[in-house]
Amino acid sequence: MSATTDGANRRLPRSRPRARTKFAWSDPKFRDVVWQIIVVGLVLGALWWLVDNTRHNLEVRQIAGGFGFLQREAGLPIGEHLIPYSPLDTYFKALLVGVLNTLRVAAVGVVLATVLGTFIGIARLSPNWLLARLAAIYVELVRDLPLLLHLLLLYTLVQNLPGPRQALRPIDGVYLSNRGLVLPEFEWLPGHSLVGAAFALGCAGAFVYRRWAMAKQMADGKPRTVWPIAMVLLVVLPALVSFALDIPWRLNWPSLRGFNIRGGMVLSPEYFTLLLGLVLYTAAFIAEIVRSGILAVQTGQWEAAQALGLTRRLTLRWIVLPQALRVIIPPMTSQYLNLAKNSSLAVAIGYQDIVSIANTTINQTGQAIESVAIIMAVYLAISLSISLFMNWYNKRIALVER
Amino acid sequence: MSDAARPLACPPVAARGKARTLPRPPAGSVGTLGWLRANLFQSWFSAALTVALVYLIAHGAYALIDWALINAVWTVDSGSDGPKSDACRAVEGIGACWAVITEKHRFILFGTYPFEEHWRPALCIAIFIGLYVVSASRRLSRKKFASTWATALIAIGVLMWGGIPGLPFVPQDLWGGLVVTLILATFGLALAFPLAILVALGRRSRLPAIRILCIVYVELIRGVPLISLLFMASVVLPLFLPEGMNLDKLLRAQIAFILFAGAYLAEVIRGGLQAIPKGQYEAADALGLSYWRKIALVILPQALHIVIPPLVNTFIGFFKDTSLVLIIGIFDLLSAGKTAILEPAWQGFGIEVYLFCGSIYFVFCFAMSRYSQNLEGTLDRNRRR
Repeated sequence: MSATTDGANRRLPRSRPRARTKFAWSDPKFRDVVWQIIVVGLVLGALWWLVDNTRHNLEVRQIAGGFGFLQREAGLPIGEHLIPYSPLDTYFKALLVGVLNTLRVAAVGVVLATVLGTFIGIARLSPNWLLARLAAIYVELVRDLPLLLHLLLLYTLVQNLPGPRQALRPIDGVYLSNRGLVLPEFEWLPGHSLVGAAFALGCAGAFVYRRWAMAKQMADGKPRTVWPIAMVLLVVLPALVSFALDIPWRLNWPSLRGFNIRGGMVLSPEYFTLLLGLVLYTAAFIAEIVRSGILAVQTGQWEAAQALGLTRRLTLRWIVLPQALRVIIPPMTSQYLNLAKNSSLAVAIGYQDIVSIANTTINQTGQAIESVAIIMAVYLAISLSISLFMNWYNKRIALVER
Repeated sequence: MSDAARPLACPPVAARGKARTLPRPPAGSVGTLGWLRANLFQSWFSAALTVALVYLIAHGAYALIDWALINAVWTVDSGSDGPKSDACRAVEGIGACWAVITEKHRFILFGTYPFEEHWRPALCIAIFIGLYVVSASRRLSRKKFASTWATALIAIGVLMWGGIPGLPFVPQDLWGGLVVTLILATFGLALAFPLAILVALGRRSRLPAIRILCIVYVELIRGVPLISLLFMASVVLPLFLPEGMNLDKLLRAQIAFILFAGAYLAEVIRGGLQAIPKGQYEAADALGLSYWRKIALVILPQALHIVIPPLVNTFIGFFKDTSLVLIIGIFDLLSAGKTAILEPAWQGFGIEVYLFCGSIYFVFCFAMSRYSQNLEGTLDRNRRR
């Protein structure tokens, strides 16, 4: 195709001399350039005006610009920190603690919201009328209320829970009270890293073995059972290492002592509320995405798979899921981004995430521009990383067309 | 029979004739019993699930009715120094205290607006709702639509501020409650919409400088949380402006909202622009239309029509997001509710107040979401025709 048109072009005489840019309004190219210069000029002018005003205002208020304040002592107490922190540390460290707190809630939230959302989405398609209706009501109810209202309501509910002595114990070892949620915690001993390494090795081995088996099946058409060897690699190998090193596996069980609950992993009321609110809210949106993704796979695909003699499980795994995922991944990405950004509502219930700590920093130092810039930069970085990862994953599962 | 004389290609009649002679379906597969069997008890697993769910729902409904209706306190006596919430304290934990709503509903709906003037924000709320209903019916011509909106928004401004004979002036920092939520959402969307159209067009422009500017704007705004923009508006914007130029807090939040909504709406509209076949652009060019006439007369009417359902979804999200102004201390519906329970007499009755605020948000959002679903159906039918 393209060869013939190229040829035709070559044979034709140039009908028109190459258009030269005329410096006249009648020339579209000239107009384009002028328009761009005008728009860019206006934007730059507005920016210059703002910067100039700011410089003047800062001078009048005697605020020193720049990020020098990051090295000063923060003196702000932070209840929850993943890295060692004391109020004597610098603002930089305080903000870093805030970033880690944001990541802590966003990462756990994304995983839990995906799991819950997938369940609710599938429940909406359930043949059981009652379950489907319940899931639909949940989705409609949750989606039509602001997240902030969810958080305030949940926080009030958590604060109204009984104290530690009368804590709710839905399962043994789990305490839910107005001091937060306490779960049994795994006691990490040095030897466990080796077991973990053995498990990772087992995973890699199982993966390679499965690929090899698949390649063989593609070549000769004979199916091979993968799971016995995979089981050996995944379970027996780590177990052997554990026995050989003779390491105990212990959970640190929380227990009621005096007026408080000791031991275990403690999720503060604020963290617990924020996580719960984000998960419940985002799950409603994810449920809709999962549902529409599954519905987007045509019934013909199910029927064709049945005609080939595939079982229901194999059909889901090899026919429906890969096609549904293609529809699901792009909107799912934006839900993950929303969840990460929505975690900034932590400031409303007093969980000390980056926004909350930056807000305190503004109040203490008056460095408003720098602090807001830091918040924006952190979220842009988080958004960008989620987008990059999901785009990579999306490309991996995308339909390869001719 | 005459059936034999009919041409063969007439299956409905033959089928109908046959159906009359078919045996009745088994008793268990029709009627209520059949429905139950088909929808609730298809298998052992499904039956177990149904029983478990019925048990849970019954328990939940019983507890809820007990709390919200049977043990609830609806009114309290007013003592010498304000209402007495003792009756509510007595049922705390076992019954709802709706008395806090009875006492505080004016505050939650209208905030600190002068008490005798409450009819003004109430009228504004009515105008807003009327405006939504009229717009949703999609019967107005484009010109009438624009003039209706302009008149309504000006009327709301006059009513809220006052300052003309008969309406005393009410400064902006006294406004509050539901009306502020509606103002933020409606003015925000009305002003963000033209901005969004320009940005969406700019992002598809062939002029690189304009395209890059639009991309940077959209991606920057979409990459950061709304909170950071609101902080920007409340603490940074005053630094950006020249001395002596003071914008009101509500206005600053409104600017942040317009910039925020502009970016998100622009992406939705861009989707519509991309869905218009290239032939439409080329046909408009062939007719000799200028760029702006081409956009206004050919492209935008079609593009906007396609994106109405996603636009309504964006509106819903945006309406909910107005509640975030609570964090920078503006008195919207949710923030008025939160403030109402700061009073010592009503402390600890947050659940009732939040449920009340929530029901108002729910009514607005649910109406919009139903509208969008109906519209999707209508648009689909039109397209398939």
